[in-house]
Amino acid sequence: MASAIDILGSDLTFPRLLVRNARQWGDRVALREKEFGIWQSFTWREYHDHVRDFSLGLTALGVGPGDKIAIIGDNRPEWVWSEIAAQGAGAASIGLYQDSNVTEVAFVIDHCDASVVVAEDQEQVDKILDMLEQLPKVRHVVYTDPRGLRKYDHPKLLSFEDVEEKGRALAKERPGLWEEHVARGSVDDVAIISYTSGTTGNPKGAMLSFRNLLAMAMNLDAVDAKRIDDEFVSFLPLAWIGEQMMSVSTALAKGFTVNFPEEPETVSENIREIGPHVMFAPPRVWESLTSTVQVKIMDTTPFKRFMFNRCMPIGEKVADLRFAKKPVPAGLRFLWWLAWVGLFRALKDRLGMTHLRTASTGGAALGPDVFRFFHAMGVPLKQIYGQTEIAGISCIHRDDDIAFHSVGKAIPETEVKISETGEILSRSPSVFLGYYKNDEATKATVVDGWLHSGDAGYLTEDGHLVVIDRVKDVMELADGTKYSPQFIENRLKFSPYVKEAVVVGKGRDFLTAMLCIDMAVVGKWAEKNKLSYTTYTDLSAKKEVYDLVHEEVDEVNETLPAAARIQKFVLLYKELDADDEELTRTRKVRRGFVEERYREVIAALYGDVPEVRIDTTIKFQDGKTSHIRTTLIVRRLEPGRAA
Amino acid sequence: MALLEANGISLSFRGVSALADVSLAVEPATIHAIVGPNGAGKTSLLNCISGVYRPQRGAIRFGGRDLSKMSPSARTGLGIARTFQNIALFRGMTVLDNLLIGRHVHQHTGVLAGAVYAGPGRREEIEHREMVEDVIDFLEIQHIRKKVVGTLAYGLQKRVELARALALEPKLLLLDEPMAGMNAEEKEDMARFVLEIHEERGTAIVMIEHDMGVVMELSHRVTVLNFGEKIAEGTPEEIQNNREVQDAYLGETHDLEVDG
Repeated sequence: MASAIDILGSDLTFPRLLVRNARQWGDRVALREKEFGIWQSFTWREYHDHVRDFSLGLTALGVGPGDKIAIIGDNRPEWVWSEIAAQGAGAASIGLYQDSNVTEVAFVIDHCDASVVVAEDQEQVDKILDMLEQLPKVRHVVYTDPRGLRKYDHPKLLSFEDVEEKGRALAKERPGLWEEHVARGSVDDVAIISYTSGTTGNPKGAMLSFRNLLAMAMNLDAVDAKRIDDEFVSFLPLAWIGEQMMSVSTALAKGFTVNFPEEPETVSENIREIGPHVMFAPPRVWESLTSTVQVKIMDTTPFKRFMFNRCMPIGEKVADLRFAKKPVPAGLRFLWWLAWVGLFRALKDRLGMTHLRTASTGGAALGPDVFRFFHAMGVPLKQIYGQTEIAGISCIHRDDDIAFHSVGKAIPETEVKISETGEILSRSPSVFLGYYKNDEATKATVVDGWLHSGDAGYLTEDGHLVVIDRVKDVMELADGTKYSPQFIENRLKFSPYVKEAVVVGKGRDFLTAMLCIDMAVVGKWAEKNKLSYTTYTDLSAKKEVYDLVHEEVDEVNETLPAAARIQKFVLLYKELDADDEELTRTRKVRRGFVEERYREVIAALYGDVPEVRIDTTIKFQDGKTSHIRTTLIVRRLEPGRAA
Repeated sequence: MALLEANGISLSFRGVSALADVSLAVEPATIHAIVGPNGAGKTSLLNCISGVYRPQRGAIRFGGRDLSKMSPSARTGLGIARTFQNIALFRGMTVLDNLLIGRHVHQHTGVLAGAVYAGPGRREEIEHREMVEDVIDFLEIQHIRKKVVGTLAYGLQKRVELARALALEPKLLLLDEPMAGMNAEEKEDMARFVLEIHEERGTAIVMIEHDMGVVMELSHRVTVLNFGEKIAEGTPEEIQNNREVQDAYLGETHDLEVDG
């Protein structure tokens, strides 16, 4: 079978694709950058010319095949020019995260053996110059924004224009050199080395070839097509594989326009101005968009609020039918059209989503409510899954086949299977070449061509992949049933009433949960239902509140395998708090500590008692202490419903 | 020749003397700080330069021209711009509009030409917008370009006020306590901007500032006022070691501490 990459053309490299694009789409806009309040455009020909000049400039500086170029800065045209120019000179490009500190930057630059560093501005140049003594391999530091650098007088420092100038001089001296350089690369050359932030130890540099990157782009495109007149806004770090995949590989292959925002602070405004057709963002972006809308609706005029409250349920009903793959009745379709006229059209315009044809989220779980919110107004949000080591993506939802809990199906030419230990394995032409200077890690990650993700998951009957957690975070019940506390906790926390959740069960017979209610939301609910309460402790002990949360837990249980369902839960008398060392500063539950602290509660959960008396002292932030004496109810979930 | 020369300025309000025989010379492309305890007459001196007050005695020359009889707006036309201790912006207007108003002195087409967006009026409008965008980029306020000034945080408003002064393309910039009321990070930003204005644009800056750390760090020359009189002038080092300054400024302690 012909590989997807062959459709594009055989033995392509990014420089070769750029030459092709400049030839066939010379006057089309390839890149745009907002500067001085105006969107400045660059055609494919200008894109190509900058890359050619900078690339020959790098050659003039002594960069040749096998060398490495590191790039650090915000998303700007110069970033992608530098990358492809490096590849044109035969070197590989390494992107650095612009917010990394000096030590992180120095580690990667040194580890990847970069001889030239392209740094955007004074801030980034300072980081490099600060560490230069420890970076003997760095021969040149190139900056793109001269602001504030006028007084710098360092022999290794030169500007982007200086390098381009050297390139033009070299081109005059040796005509045809650029064409020679473009011709010499191979599809299997290392195009980029993408450093992945390890949670433990130093980051590892995944080497990806042009074949890896382009196969990925084309295979994803086969199930999620991009068009030449699409607009895309590039606002996530270009050092990240996901942004590379969109703004570089796919853009080069498909020819759509990549737009760079004015400043990181102006992203949402710039998205609205562009009205992209394609959007790719991590969950936090979608979540914050949703909550911004919800907050603004609360403050708006009664009429607008009325429209929102009337239209949203219609949209959600339609979305739910589509998720369930059921037909939408004509009457409802008409209502949706009315809602579109009355609300969705304006709302989408506000969010810059009027033209949005394909939107995806990846990296972490996204709540069903957020999914439903976007689908309700007709924004086709999809979940994706992948690793840097497979050039970005291996799975994606199909247009008509969205399931909240899954990350979709494998893209073409990609096989996904679950190992005996429950780990997700994948194989495709996009599996990387290996970690740079770390064969040991490579051998542990790729076995017989299968990429070991380190993620635990399972495949559903209809071929959807469900990701549970990192393998090392998966726990076992006494009978060996595997479960991921974090996976279940996240799903419990999708409920607006549940603020924190701790799932217990390691080495025990069944799973239980300790939950903290969200005081603001449950409090409001109580007011609406004429339920009087005094404190958090009081509210969380109400039978009505238990009933409310009970339903939420039941809903989560329905999505879980029968053996890994919550059988009992309690509502804790206080919120978990970082000041009490129950949470980390990033609000992750400190499992061991919490289980120790609440061992009486846990004992009650596994004992055969209906309630547990609590007599404890809690400490407030200001040092005051308070004595709490309360009775916690242990709520048992009806086995009939949960089984 | 000095860009700004003030000679023997005396100013009194109903017999209360605010400034007594103060002279000041500001060289082109320098940062000149004016320091002194509260009520020393710093802002009064700035007001005399910008034309808000008319001194009873003394002469002020700017670029060789006598300013005495000129109105504040005429002085602005010559290239003197200022910011105020208490922000003076149009709170109900956007940042962009505030800055465009700063370009007013450079506007040459009349009301009628401006009303029709065509021909010279249009060309000029575009030119001014370009200038303003340049300042917006310079002071990194792109994200608030279209925000209404009254809704912005204090530190940002201060930056907008500086932007408006810069939009005038001044030769001399008068800053009245540009860092008052700011937190450490905002102060650092502002100090960076003041330095960059000096480095990139070569504008002469007269700055009243209380934070001695900032003054020592940024300025080329320092003038010290006390009870309306100039008690010292010199480089930051000279001022730091000046006995009289130490007495006036710090009373008993003879250690001029530099922080930040």
